[in-house]
Amino acid sequence: MSAHAVELPDEVVTKALLSVIELPFGAGPAALITLDNGHDHTRPNTFGPAGLASLDAAIDAALAKDGLAAVLVTGKPFIFAVGADLSGVKHASARDQAVALGREGHRVFRRLGELPVPSFAFVNGAAMGGGLEVALHCTYRTVSSSAAALSLPECFLGLVPGWGGAYLVPNLVGADRAVTVVIDNPLNNNRQLKPKQALELGLFDRMYDAADFLEESIAWAARVLTGAEPVERAEVDRSPEVWAAAVARGRAIADAKSHGHAPAPYRALALLEGARTATRDEAFAAEDEALADLVMSEELRAGLYAFDLVQKRAKKPAGAPDKKLARPVTKVGIVGAGLMASQLALLFAQRLEVPVLMTDLDQSRVDKGLAYVQGEIDKLLAKKRVTPDKANRLKALVTGSTSKDGFADADWVLEAVFEEMKVKQQVFAEVEAVVSDTCVLATNTSSLSVTEMARDLKHPERVVGFHFFNPVAVLPLLEIVRGEQTDDATLATAFAVGKTLRKSSVLVKDAPAFVFNRLITRALGAVTAAMDAGTPIEVADAAVEPLGLPMSPMMLLGLVGPAVALHTAESLHEAFPDRFGASPGFQALVAAGKTGVYTWDGGRQQVDPEVVAMFAPKEGAGAAPTAQQVLDQARSALAEEIRLMLDEGVVAAPEDIDLCLLLGGGWAFWNGGITPHLDREGVSERVTGRRFLPKGVASLP
Amino acid sequence: MARPARDVVFVDGVRTPFGKAGPNGIYAQTRADDLIVRLIRELMRRNPQLPPERVDDVAVAATTQTGDQGLTIGRTAALLAGLPNSVPGYAIDRMCAGAMTAVTTTAGGIAFGAYDITIAGGVEHMGHHPMGSGVDPNPRFLSERIVDPSALNMGNTAENLHDRFPQLTKERADTYSVGSQDKTAKAYADGKLQPDLVPMAIRSAEGAWGYATVDEPPRPGTTVEGLAGLKTPFRPHGRVTAGNAAGLNDGATACLLAAEDVADELGLPKRMRLVSYAFAGVAPEVMGVGPVPATEKALAKAGLTIDDIGRFEVNEAFAVQVLAFLDHFGLADDDPRVNPRGGAIAVGHPLASSGVRLMINLAREFEEHPEVRYGLTTMCIGLGMGGTVIWENCATEDTK
Repeated sequence: MSAHAVELPDEVVTKALLSVIELPFGAGPAALITLDNGHDHTRPNTFGPAGLASLDAAIDAALAKDGLAAVLVTGKPFIFAVGADLSGVKHASARDQAVALGREGHRVFRRLGELPVPSFAFVNGAAMGGGLEVALHCTYRTVSSSAAALSLPECFLGLVPGWGGAYLVPNLVGADRAVTVVIDNPLNNNRQLKPKQALELGLFDRMYDAADFLEESIAWAARVLTGAEPVERAEVDRSPEVWAAAVARGRAIADAKSHGHAPAPYRALALLEGARTATRDEAFAAEDEALADLVMSEELRAGLYAFDLVQKRAKKPAGAPDKKLARPVTKVGIVGAGLMASQLALLFAQRLEVPVLMTDLDQSRVDKGLAYVQGEIDKLLAKKRVTPDKANRLKALVTGSTSKDGFADADWVLEAVFEEMKVKQQVFAEVEAVVSDTCVLATNTSSLSVTEMARDLKHPERVVGFHFFNPVAVLPLLEIVRGEQTDDATLATAFAVGKTLRKSSVLVKDAPAFVFNRLITRALGAVTAAMDAGTPIEVADAAVEPLGLPMSPMMLLGLVGPAVALHTAESLHEAFPDRFGASPGFQALVAAGKTGVYTWDGGRQQVDPEVVAMFAPKEGAGAAPTAQQVLDQARSALAEEIRLMLDEGVVAAPEDIDLCLLLGGGWAFWNGGITPHLDREGVSERVTGRRFLPKGVASLP
Repeated sequence: MARPARDVVFVDGVRTPFGKAGPNGIYAQTRADDLIVRLIRELMRRNPQLPPERVDDVAVAATTQTGDQGLTIGRTAALLAGLPNSVPGYAIDRMCAGAMTAVTTTAGGIAFGAYDITIAGGVEHMGHHPMGSGVDPNPRFLSERIVDPSALNMGNTAENLHDRFPQLTKERADTYSVGSQDKTAKAYADGKLQPDLVPMAIRSAEGAWGYATVDEPPRPGTTVEGLAGLKTPFRPHGRVTAGNAAGLNDGATACLLAAEDVADELGLPKRMRLVSYAFAGVAPEVMGVGPVPATEKALAKAGLTIDDIGRFEVNEAFAVQVLAFLDHFGLADDDPRVNPRGGAIAVGHPLASSGVRLMINLAREFEEHPEVRYGLTTMCIGLGMGGTVIWENCATEDTK
């Protein structure tokens, strides 16, 4: 352990346990190292300083044995190792600590590739980041056909594969495949490799079934050692052209995702680029430097904060009542059979596996909704996502009617009708006449008051907001809205249903447009205001790139539909006219029936000239805002709005705001959602007088 | 309809190394079903010409059919081994003769025409399932004297056997046991046992993986003097000791059986042909004598006499029980045809798995000795039974 490295007092130490085994086929004795932190698979192996020291010591002990034929490394059941203990990164407060962290990992791991005897990694289960790097340092590798997750996710978090991965992967499988593993997969929602894919990429030499993976891996190692089974690998094309093309592909992926605002993928690309000619020592030293720079970067701290939110806070929603209060849901009613309602019916049937009854005003709408559901189930069947039996079961679960009488034995009725308070109140009154006293009445409203909707009911305490994001099957966020009279049992039931639907729920107070729509509309307002003031549409649209939205505001507008977005904007304008402006250009766009501001002409995205005319500034307007001014305005608007929402108690904490943006909108990890970005840029202090999060929570200490 | 009986052949057999039962044994952290699963997979790997869907049944024996030996272990093992869903399986229990019964029962099915190919085996993890755990004997056994109180303890039944045959002294038992250890050590040294041992990945209590390649129980170098002083746990000044009995063990065995015509069709090796089998009951308190009537019965069915038998694989639950068999048939204590590769006193006796271990040994003896035409496998069984299977050597040129 070097003097500068961070020590982790609470490290769950992954021990490297050594045993000496006799290999079959007379291949001699081998040292078998098991990585095991003493917990079951729910607490995977990770490497902190003590874990690295244990592996170091195990290698020493192995080398002390006489006549050793090989060193073998494997994991505990279901887990190989999932990388560095990230608390080490969080605790690093100075760059020399960060450098030491990288060096120590390199020093220990590279020993596996520089032993006097061959080394073998038997990847029996999940291997991510530093875990996969352990395997990559070994001379040979096998993988279990059931290994759950294989990846180098560093760029997803804001790091680089800095314990050898950025050098070893391209030199093992070539630059292009390395870009897939190091850049493309991490930046695409941290996509994992399946064992077969990892084998085909060349990351592994052999794949064996889980049933007797270790035994067969040991037998293979023995055959390799005796020369009975030569190991052939595809030769890496090291030509500068091929290498440069791969790096260019990686750069295009990084640009598309972060427009240069996330440093990690670019640092990783520089390492991949250098790996063609660098010596091992040079490459590992460069990894140490990149790792240290990133560990000491604001973007990484924000990324780790975001990761923690989606891994932990999303699973234990702040403010949710005791789970035991939740009532069982054995039948679901959906009021409405439109597209959203039909998507919801399918989702409830798939996840809750209980009967789902859709109702609408006339039979033709009901039939259309049912046809949609059946069609989607057929698509799932065609893609083999469900078995024929399961498809039959799902189809039988979803029924339709023009009468609400079938809701009598439902425990949960969700309305997804037109966004109009009177309509929704009437629907709930009709439903209440049929259902039991405890049946939950949930509304998928995106902007109307849940309290208001419940006011005239006999049992207003059973009404709860249950706000999905479109497309409902894809986006993981669910805003659960507590009305003034909503009781704990109803709320607990809503959280339980949300969990069964595999959504991440955030508890929200009954306030206009709740969290996500309120903030996105506020940001959008800054952009449309600039457009109304004469800033060219493409300039205003691109100006907010540093906010880390997955797509530009105007592309998002096209996806959601301008009419829907305008409806939300207008309801917020009504609630908060001084902060949510009414954009004349936006109104004209919707009035003209436009589906967006861009057209696709000859495969190129261009601003629709008719739309340009709609945003023409009025006579006497001042100078059009610059891109920087648009960005400043959007940041200030977000900071102001978030402060107000926190003060109003819309959510429990800034973390919930960030969670909503990360899950509901796919906002960037390197901004930690948005509050770390606003704190980092000094916007929160300038606009609201204080930070959202204390220093060190989502930033450097 | 005409239903010609088909000949049944033993194609291949494998076993795990046997371990000592208990918290320090090699399999303390290994599941019983994982042992048998490994063997099924190895049988399929060793016989790639056999399409997995051609296996008609998987019969797996275990004495204690709960926990990791429960849930109809033949079926669960088949599923866990990756055999197709279409391959059924079931569980069998005849205590020590479980695997032997899995062989005879499915062989009967083959002969009848119900099966073409079966996998038969057994597993016993006596560390996870100590003898007698979870049993609930009917009180009538004792109240009506249906069995002697000593009948439920195998060590006591062995002492009873010494009483019945006073010429079977402790000295003879110890001498026989030393021979078993010596023959086992020699078989290992000559590399005769290893080819059918399937190495198992094992885990220490701390979590370290290991690799078991050989039996854990043997004590090479055992001497008669060394055995003389051992405690007699079943009776004060008794005769049965840990040294002249098999231990408490963990392990599994499995074999592949086929109709002879199907073996020919698929090109599967034919190691030995089933001639006859028989099970017989005796007084439960002297269960060790069971192999005698079982063998008499099997010989009679085959139309053979003891003189026709060139190799004997006798399970060694207790030395005294082997000696009772040898005395009855007029065989010497050190007859070289008996257990030439050693026996359970050395390698261990994981109850329901031992029957197939005997067959594996016999098949290898036949391979080495084409001149030996007939052999038998026999064992005593708790609650007063014996089982014997007589086999014909397929390597003997004039057998067909």
